[in-house]
Amino acid sequence: MRPAGRAETESLYFSYPHFDAPQDRASLPVSAPVAIVGAGPIGMTAALGLAREGIRSVVFDTKATFNDGSRAICIARQSFHILNQIGAIAPFMEKALGWTTGRSFYRGRQILEFHMPDSPAEKFRPMYNLQQQYIEQFLWQAVQNEPLIDLRWQSTITDVADVGNGVTLTVTDPSGSYPFTADWVLAADGARSPLRKIRGLRLKGENYEGRYVIADVQMPHDYPTIRRALFDPDCRRGGTILIHKQPDNIWRIDYQLRDDEDETEALREETVRASVAAVLAEIDYDGPWDLEWWSVYSANTLALDDYRDGRIFFIGDSAHIVPIFGVRGLNNGLADAHNIAWKLGWVLRGDAPVTLLDSYSPERRGATLDVFANASKSARFMTPPTAGWQLMRDAALNLALDHPFAGQLANPRQMTPYTYADSPLVTNDEGSWSKTAPLPGAALPDAILETGHLSDHLGQGFTLLTFDPELAKSVGHLPIGTLTLPADSPAAQVLGATARSAFLIRPDSHIAARWSQATPSQIEAAFTKSIGGPRP
Amino acid sequence: MSAANIETVYEALALKLDTIPTKQHPLYLAKLALLLAHEIDDAPKVITQLNAAAQNLST
Repeated sequence: MRPAGRAETESLYFSYPHFDAPQDRASLPVSAPVAIVGAGPIGMTAALGLAREGIRSVVFDTKATFNDGSRAICIARQSFHILNQIGAIAPFMEKALGWTTGRSFYRGRQILEFHMPDSPAEKFRPMYNLQQQYIEQFLWQAVQNEPLIDLRWQSTITDVADVGNGVTLTVTDPSGSYPFTADWVLAADGARSPLRKIRGLRLKGENYEGRYVIADVQMPHDYPTIRRALFDPDCRRGGTILIHKQPDNIWRIDYQLRDDEDETEALREETVRASVAAVLAEIDYDGPWDLEWWSVYSANTLALDDYRDGRIFFIGDSAHIVPIFGVRGLNNGLADAHNIAWKLGWVLRGDAPVTLLDSYSPERRGATLDVFANASKSARFMTPPTAGWQLMRDAALNLALDHPFAGQLANPRQMTPYTYADSPLVTNDEGSWSKTAPLPGAALPDAILETGHLSDHLGQGFTLLTFDPELAKSVGHLPIGTLTLPADSPAAQVLGATARSAFLIRPDSHIAARWSQATPSQIEAAFTKSIGGPRP
Repeated sequence: MSAANIETVYEALALKLDTIPTKQHPLYLAKLALLLAHEIDDAPKVITQLNAAAQNLST
């Protein structure tokens, strides 16, 4: 919602463009290898990922502009790697605010300061804050420069039918309706996914009791990009408040409503202004401020049982809804898009069997369940669901005033990339490895090389990372790139590698297999497994 | 712990509880449980004891 007198997309800092529906009907293609429903961050990332694989896609969105309001704001390191790989990173680096530190307060006193792991070996910071409008604008700019992507605004999918080796969508725009046929469809149409409803699918899981008001405020507040959590503050006894800095002097404030607070009353502009003023007094800000936007939110952990329905793949919020604590909604969705994009690319080009696509749902649903476990912990701390959780949470916070060990219970366990340990594509190894070496299925850790970072040197497809030039030569008959590094390099140390070690890295930078003593036949077998079976 | 020592703790806890408003007793005891658990530094042992303490609570 916006203050009285301002239109729905009349922002204090962001100019929402207006996009027309497609005009030239006669020359509009009516088929594509992939149709993507939803031009939010997840849909556009999928389209850019497919384009990187050489695959043409058409993206449909009901709206005539970007999503408005305050939505996703935290982009995790792994997501920056994804944005880098799809060629969209430059404006993000320019605009987003990187951060590593969070502070938690209890009744006005600091009880915890946490630092997310960071070092010069990492190309990107652990977390960046950026409003979703900018995320969408920057992705859209990249889409505009990509001839393989056709983005159609004001285009709603009103029906879906399975036909032979594809899906026919009924597209409705201001000029009427037309059929559009695709080999594969990606449903990136958000939490209320119309496609999910058309297919009769339901999200399953838990709802949490706590309700939060989200308010964006513009103010010249002089505080670094450090996430603040205020537990049981004077201005909101028993409640929790989260404060994040965003670009353009926009501050995101999430404050918890009491159980007895009426939602309609809480969302009245005067009430929101009074609540925000009380939060600002709590953090000793007495300068001018302006209210940008507000909304109400409650935490859920909901997911589809299967992220695939025939030739339709659900990606992002259409497949899963997670609590905001721990910032996993957008980041988990970007990983979905990245995962399905390379797999569809390999299958559509004829480089991998169609069985490769069977791995999407187990890999990404596994990641969601992991997110649920962590997010549920965070949500129980932020919003204790029962008397037992409430008492222990309060005891931990109260104890933390004098005993730092208890403050660690308030650590939000921020997003870390998921390890596809149980994936059908990943080869589980034997042999001896140090405990710190990345496991099969893990995202490849970054390291400093002589020039740039390890992540800069990975190829477009699969990469065999070796420390032995002879081994690299032995896989010349496979469609994989090679990267040979010195066995005494910092990268070898990070990977726990020796001269005979090797890693097979997937196009999404996850480790498909690792060997302490690799042989060419083992590498070929692992590659075959990692593309879902023998090459067509 | 000897019978004499456990009696010392028992009395000290009773006296301490009486200096705290009754409404705050659960919070106080929960804090105490976390502090003692941290001292004991043995999660399975603490879990055994917290299960033992739940016996015979019905009156």
